[in-house]
Amino acid sequence: MQVVTANRLIDGRVVFRDAEGRWVEAFAAAAVLTPEAAAAAIAAAGEDVAARRIVDPYAVALIDLDGRPTPATMRERIRASGPTSGSEAAARADRARAA
Amino acid sequence: MYVYDDFDHQFVAARVAQFRDQVARRLSGDLTEEQFRPLRLMNGVYLQLHSYMLRVAIPYGTLSSRQLRSLARIARVYDKGYGHFTTRQNIQFNWPALKDLPDILEELAAVEMHAIQTSGNCIRNVTADHFAGAAPDEIADPRPYAEILRQWSSLHPEFTYLPRKFKIAVTGATEDRAAIRFHDIGFAVKKNAAGEIGFEVHVGGGLGRSPFVAWKLRDFLPEADLLAYTQAILRVYNLYGRRDNKYKARIKILLHEAGRETIRDEVEAEFAALGDRALTLRPDDVARIAAHFAPPAFETLAAESAIEAAAAARDPAFARWTGANVSAHKVAGYASVTISLKPEDGVPGDATATEMEAIADLADRFAFGHLRISHRQNVVFPHVKRDDLPALHAGLVAAGLATANAGLVTDTITCPGLDFCALANARSIPIAKDISRRFADPARAAEIGPLDVKISGCINACGHHHVGAIGILGVDRKGREFYQITLGGDAGDAARIGDAAGPGFWPDQVADAVETIVDTYLSLRSSPRETFLEAYGRVGVAPFKAALATLGERT
Repeated sequence: MQVVTANRLIDGRVVFRDAEGRWVEAFAAAAVLTPEAAAAAIAAAGEDVAARRIVDPYAVALIDLDGRPTPATMRERIRASGPTSGSEAAARADRARAA
Repeated sequence: MYVYDDFDHQFVAARVAQFRDQVARRLSGDLTEEQFRPLRLMNGVYLQLHSYMLRVAIPYGTLSSRQLRSLARIARVYDKGYGHFTTRQNIQFNWPALKDLPDILEELAAVEMHAIQTSGNCIRNVTADHFAGAAPDEIADPRPYAEILRQWSSLHPEFTYLPRKFKIAVTGATEDRAAIRFHDIGFAVKKNAAGEIGFEVHVGGGLGRSPFVAWKLRDFLPEADLLAYTQAILRVYNLYGRRDNKYKARIKILLHEAGRETIRDEVEAEFAALGDRALTLRPDDVARIAAHFAPPAFETLAAESAIEAAAAARDPAFARWTGANVSAHKVAGYASVTISLKPEDGVPGDATATEMEAIADLADRFAFGHLRISHRQNVVFPHVKRDDLPALHAGLVAAGLATANAGLVTDTITCPGLDFCALANARSIPIAKDISRRFADPARAAEIGPLDVKISGCINACGHHHVGAIGILGVDRKGREFYQITLGGDAGDAARIGDAAGPGFWPDQVADAVETIVDTYLSLRSSPRETFLEAYGRVGVAPFKAALATLGERT
């Protein structure tokens, strides 16, 4: 199975295509598709590329991990859930202090 | 430091206005992504794994407190509150929105910074010794020459579409702290018997998939010929460098494939043919630029500081910090200070907005507002009065920035790796964090002594793993992260590519492997004064390989 992903044009954020054809940030909300359906979804996403909503849509292969669909590669797992090890937490605390 | 003149301000402002228009046209649909991509890359804007990434040049690593405050503001207002200092003396923001980038570039322009030529097949940010202008072994400050090269190469029409990117480094000291032998061109300032300034010229060094130590092309290039000779090298490279295969497009491959002597003869012929010498540097040109880098008003002081000595006797943490992070200065009573961005369990090279502001404030109080960013991903205060070291240390402790590990095992060079980078095959940051925890005891790190650990998440080698005393390279092994180790690499004067130390390790074994290497070194060094690299030079890779072979299943 596959999901279809892209980056949002205006801010670059990773997005996934849901069952209604909307682009959402949560991987869990992505439509899980057969390879044929994913190819059709990518073709349909051409409209969103033309409408400047997203860039570079492509399909991500999934595996079943403990009953949950999960991206097959480490790269796509990190892309779906964010950096595993970054300064975001420190920066969050930083912003809380500044506020 | 260099101060923009009217031309520079107009030049950068025009570029910001141009990019603002390009972003507007992209967002309105007048430009497709295919058309826009090369335009954004020319302004340092990448689309990475999670978001856009903006890479801002810090020319030859020199930064003012005012500029650092501006970087902090950009991090806080437009990003997630932090920035990442890179191995090329740049800063990267990992999360800017495309719509905000013109405003960010405008804020940078207001403090005389930009992102031009931080991407693309052009001459990139010219890097230099982070102790430039301060080191006791300095023949001349390399920054005026780096600035001359920067001005000459900025939007140079002939060299905007080279076969591949082109990196120049300059050192003015006898000890190479700028890794000049691993750049496309490395210049080392020299003085001849007549006392005239010139350059030793190294060409064709580089890391990545095919690492090469540079080849010395000239023992002494007269100062006046700096630009003409650089142009001759660039012209030969631009003409003959391969454009059919990006992995074989750097000048190091041209030297390797065409033959060093052939390329040297071509460069010398091109240099001789330049004839009219329009590029010849006149002494007044050099003096005009050098005046921007005049040293601050140093006081006349005793070489030793009683205040520093008393603090060291009283406070072991301060003594440990001065032992690792304080370097000798060419002026009596002063020192250069390294502020480590490698705390235990931290992300190497990252600084939050609050940390940047704290550093800027301390720079104003204790360092004339002068800062440097080192290719080792740390901040340097080049000029600090030794009497002020205890107060500076207290300020750094209060800001959580007093990690006493410069040059030690936990002062790793680490690329962003698969946590951020679209090119990476494996993560680097968690490996660096594992090592930082494993060797967190400062007494133990000090006992081990100088040890460069360098980590890259792919073969492109942004983490300089080939020239780490311990180099760690992340690869993809059947869909899993896997790490290969090299030993004995050296980025300095004894430039050397590391030797493979065996088959490699899974992520949770890497810190064990590093510890095994360290323990092996400690067991075989001839005395505590014999450094890791000295011991390695004496015994070679075999004892380390043998020790690593005991570390269990690795296939």
